[in-house]
Amino acid sequence: MKEVICECGHHNPHGTVLCESCGKVLIEKDKDKKLLDMRYEGSARRSQTYNKTIIDKIWNFFSSVKVGVWLIVITLIASALGTIFPQEMYIPPVMPASEYYEDQYGWLGQLYYTLGFHNLYSSWWYLLLIASIGISIIIASLDRGIPLYRSLKTQRVTRHEGFLKRQRLFSVSEAGSEDQTFESVKEKLKAKRYRIREEDGNILAEKGRFSRWGPYVNHVGLIIFLIGGMLRFVPGMYVDEILWVREGETKVIPETDGQYYLENHEFILETYDKENSKEEFAAAIDDKGMVAKNFQSDVTLYKTKGETVHGETPQLEKVRDDSIRVNHPLKFEDLALYQVDYKLDELNQMTFALSNKETNEEYGDLTIDLYDPKDTYDLGNGYQVEIVSYFPDFEFDENSEPITKSRIPNNPAFVFKMFTPDKPEGEVSFVAIQQTIEPFTDNEYKMSFKAVETKDVTALTVRKDLTLWVLALGGFIFMIGVAQGSYWNHRRIWLRKVDGEVWMAGHTNKNWHGLKRDIASVIDGTDLNEPADQLDKKE
Amino acid sequence: MDLVSLSGNLLFIAFLLYLVGTVFFAGSIKDKRAKEREKGTGPNKWAKTGIAITIAGFISQLGYFILRWIAAGHAPVSNLFEFTTFFGMSLVGAFIVIYFIYKTAVLGLFTLPIAMLLIGYAAMFPRDIAPLVPSLQSHWLHIHVTTAAMGQAILAISFAAGLLYLVKVIDHTKKSKESFWLEAVMFGLVCTLGFIFISTGFSASGYKADFSWVDKNNVESIAEYQLPPLVGPNQGESLTEGAMEPLVEMPGIINAKKLNTVIWSIMAGIVLYLLLRLILRKRISAALQPLTTKVNADLVDEIGYRSVLIGFPVFTLGALVFAMIWAQIAWTRFWGWDPKEVWALITFLFYAAYLHLRLSKGWHGKKSAWLGVIGFIIIMFNLIVVNLVIAGLHSYAGS
Amino acid sequence: MKKKRLVIRTVILLLLGAAVAYTLYANFSSDDIRKVAINEKAPDFVLTDMEGNKHQLSDYEGQGVFLNFWGTWCKPCEKEMPYMNNQYKQFKEQGVQVLAVNINESDFAVNKFTSRYNLDFPIVIDKGEVMEAYGIGPLPTTFLVDKDGIVIKRLESGMTEAMIKGYMEEIKP
Repeated sequence: MKEVICECGHHNPHGTVLCESCGKVLIEKDKDKKLLDMRYEGSARRSQTYNKTIIDKIWNFFSSVKVGVWLIVITLIASALGTIFPQEMYIPPVMPASEYYEDQYGWLGQLYYTLGFHNLYSSWWYLLLIASIGISIIIASLDRGIPLYRSLKTQRVTRHEGFLKRQRLFSVSEAGSEDQTFESVKEKLKAKRYRIREEDGNILAEKGRFSRWGPYVNHVGLIIFLIGGMLRFVPGMYVDEILWVREGETKVIPETDGQYYLENHEFILETYDKENSKEEFAAAIDDKGMVAKNFQSDVTLYKTKGETVHGETPQLEKVRDDSIRVNHPLKFEDLALYQVDYKLDELNQMTFALSNKETNEEYGDLTIDLYDPKDTYDLGNGYQVEIVSYFPDFEFDENSEPITKSRIPNNPAFVFKMFTPDKPEGEVSFVAIQQTIEPFTDNEYKMSFKAVETKDVTALTVRKDLTLWVLALGGFIFMIGVAQGSYWNHRRIWLRKVDGEVWMAGHTNKNWHGLKRDIASVIDGTDLNEPADQLDKKE
Repeated sequence: MDLVSLSGNLLFIAFLLYLVGTVFFAGSIKDKRAKEREKGTGPNKWAKTGIAITIAGFISQLGYFILRWIAAGHAPVSNLFEFTTFFGMSLVGAFIVIYFIYKTAVLGLFTLPIAMLLIGYAAMFPRDIAPLVPSLQSHWLHIHVTTAAMGQAILAISFAAGLLYLVKVIDHTKKSKESFWLEAVMFGLVCTLGFIFISTGFSASGYKADFSWVDKNNVESIAEYQLPPLVGPNQGESLTEGAMEPLVEMPGIINAKKLNTVIWSIMAGIVLYLLLRLILRKRISAALQPLTTKVNADLVDEIGYRSVLIGFPVFTLGALVFAMIWAQIAWTRFWGWDPKEVWALITFLFYAAYLHLRLSKGWHGKKSAWLGVIGFIIIMFNLIVVNLVIAGLHSYAGS
Repeated sequence: MKKKRLVIRTVILLLLGAAVAYTLYANFSSDDIRKVAINEKAPDFVLTDMEGNKHQLSDYEGQGVFLNFWGTWCKPCEKEMPYMNNQYKQFKEQGVQVLAVNINESDFAVNKFTSRYNLDFPIVIDKGEVMEAYGIGPLPTTFLVDKDGIVIKRLESGMTEAMIKGYMEEIKP
């Protein structure tokens, strides 16, 4: 490809619209235009100049802003589709997703599920869309940022007449006392923090060029952010576990390789009521009923001492006591524990009395630890109770056999054998909550229920996210770039002496109103004509 | 008088002041036509009075905000009423700033009514001061919500500017797609007004009709209608004597009460709209056009663009960056694809597309104005539909 | 000049493509990432059986270990336990050890269960730590550990007696 040599002597890359140095229009067909298209300074956008190999074609595809905007719009529509019905992670765990959507939303729900919209945001095509946006950002920025940088660096003070004439703000004034005028204009421009360059008595005043880099800076931020998102999938970067701990229990914290343990002393649930809250809240409390005020777990964090093999009872060293509340996670090393859920009043101990069915006379109590029942409980004086079977989470199976659904005592049931001095071979009784079955005979004795002790269970999310720093950095750079590009603008004012006239032109990438005001105040008191907005003239 | 009712009164005063301000801004246009030729440009007396009244209204609303904050002990941005009024206030604040940059009184004529519609709409929701649930007990509530609302408000200026631009440049004498859709936007605004009128009217008359009904999960509950039931809930049984029988019964999957409100609002909107047409004898946008003849279209275009430029970073900071920081603290993850989050992302993507189209594809003027209108529709969708229909973690206890 | 540009573009596109491909791959294989990887050393642990004897996994090096995680409430566990017991009797002499790790149940429940099925192999109770180290999800889960302490298979379903026999053959030293 040949370079384009401008009449000012500057060598421009192939495809350049406006000479990087003097701004002369280099493309024939643009020479008839009244106003110049100043985007990217008329530099040679690489993508638009080479289109040979498949690589170039892919490159050009992603470099196109049109494609970029389409990608954004498609992502936007896809994202919206995902909010029509709840995503799978938000549906209640009452039934599998395959049934849930049809059950709740009919055939539309079925369609939604079939199309995979219930997991839209982690679907391959959605990820691919985001990835394409990322690629588009990188390539489009490279393709535009570099030539733009070149142009702005190479630009000369003395611009070609055709360039000045075709600026949106342009005026021609009779040259009178131009040296004096130029001095006064320069002073005022400096006061307005313009950087002034002079060449052959011509002036270029420029301000806020760095705002032109805003889009590229924010794109870098976005790319870093997307890289942060990608890192999520690298093993070891991200942990999401749930830890249920009963009151009084000490449990190993997942993902710490058995290094840390957590003891739950107490789970606290507070609600607002009229007595304990501001009177302003009274109406709302009346209206809504129970409003939660606080979810809190009082815990102690321990670290194991020395080397221990898994399963060995570790030597624990207290790290600290803490109260984990919503919005106040417990943080240690890279991990954080968050209060996320709870279960109140889980059964823990049950107390029964061995008593006579007729007389209700009692022969002693026994308290059963539902997590660690004993084989027999000796009540003295020849009274003894044996647990034959224990079903912590009792139900009858399809053969009407008692079974347990889990190891959690949600619905405990026992088969007791009661030994008494007068029944040395024992009487068998099946006892569950609110029911007693005597399988063999009419018993003389019974186990009468006395009391239960319950405990609350807290659920904590164990979270590690080493990608946060990358994301934060990306977000920070993005915000800087966006602010840079949005809150500042790049203004340029050219003054050139042409054959006894003074030509004045102004350009800004945005906020023309501000530039016009700048120019008006700068030429105030001189004999220069205020540049007209050639866009107005067109209409 | 206690703080809460004082704060309520200040809000009402603010609303009235905005109304008066709008009248003055309208007056400034008429005045301008007569005097401009002799005195040159620059805001006239009417406009100056208008902006003074607007500022007074803003201060009054600020008073509402501060007093309510003191009364509640937390920034009043924790339910739909509080958020929407704050949004309205931010919109007025953004307008005041823009006014002092560009000195365009006509923009007030478009912005203040939108702010009033927002505040009026907000007032239709429960206004009790409610205590904060644990997840909201954080300073990020103040930081995130206020920044997001301010960002949206600044972006909404581009809607007002876009509307103004379109009213001015579209040829209303010919039937065209654009004049149709512009009128549709106007109709939407009128429906909001209709909703406010209807709700206020029936609640002033103390109308109430309770139904017991069965939802899609066969759970029985009670629906309290504040508007006469045109559509009744699934297997609804009237619990209020003398209440009208619903004309149609809805299946369990549909929230009949909300649909009923929508139907009423549209009906009221149609009545109001027809009334306006009868009075104006032309389309609303056509009737507004004479007010805009003196406006410099390019300037309005630039105002729209600049408000997006200023609002976009603020919105991103509030609705995405601060939101992520808080979500990480309160919900253990910075992003969870909750509908509200997704719609914030959609808003972000939309305005990103706007900026790219404008910067690189040269979408100025009408195209840009339409984008401003669509952007506001997205913001409103996020505020109304996402909160009330697509319930997620963010769903305010609206009814 | 042209060539250089083509090379640069190709390299950038390849890098981007690789990053995207990796992310997609990692996203869809993330379910398969396990704490205990196949063909790697099984994490060592020590647990006490119902007779009070300590069993440390590393002590069984030189023998194959049939490591089974189970619970008394779990139906498929209950079904395969007697099969495991039968095969244990066959393979014990050939250097295959069975360790049945119960998930945090009471001594009472485990004792009742073992005496009902007359189980001969050692049964240990884990309070949750070993389960965490092995990343146990559904029960039963069985690991086949060879004579060098390397995990060669992870099995997450109930087994027939023939299957158990086959697996024990695999880890026989």
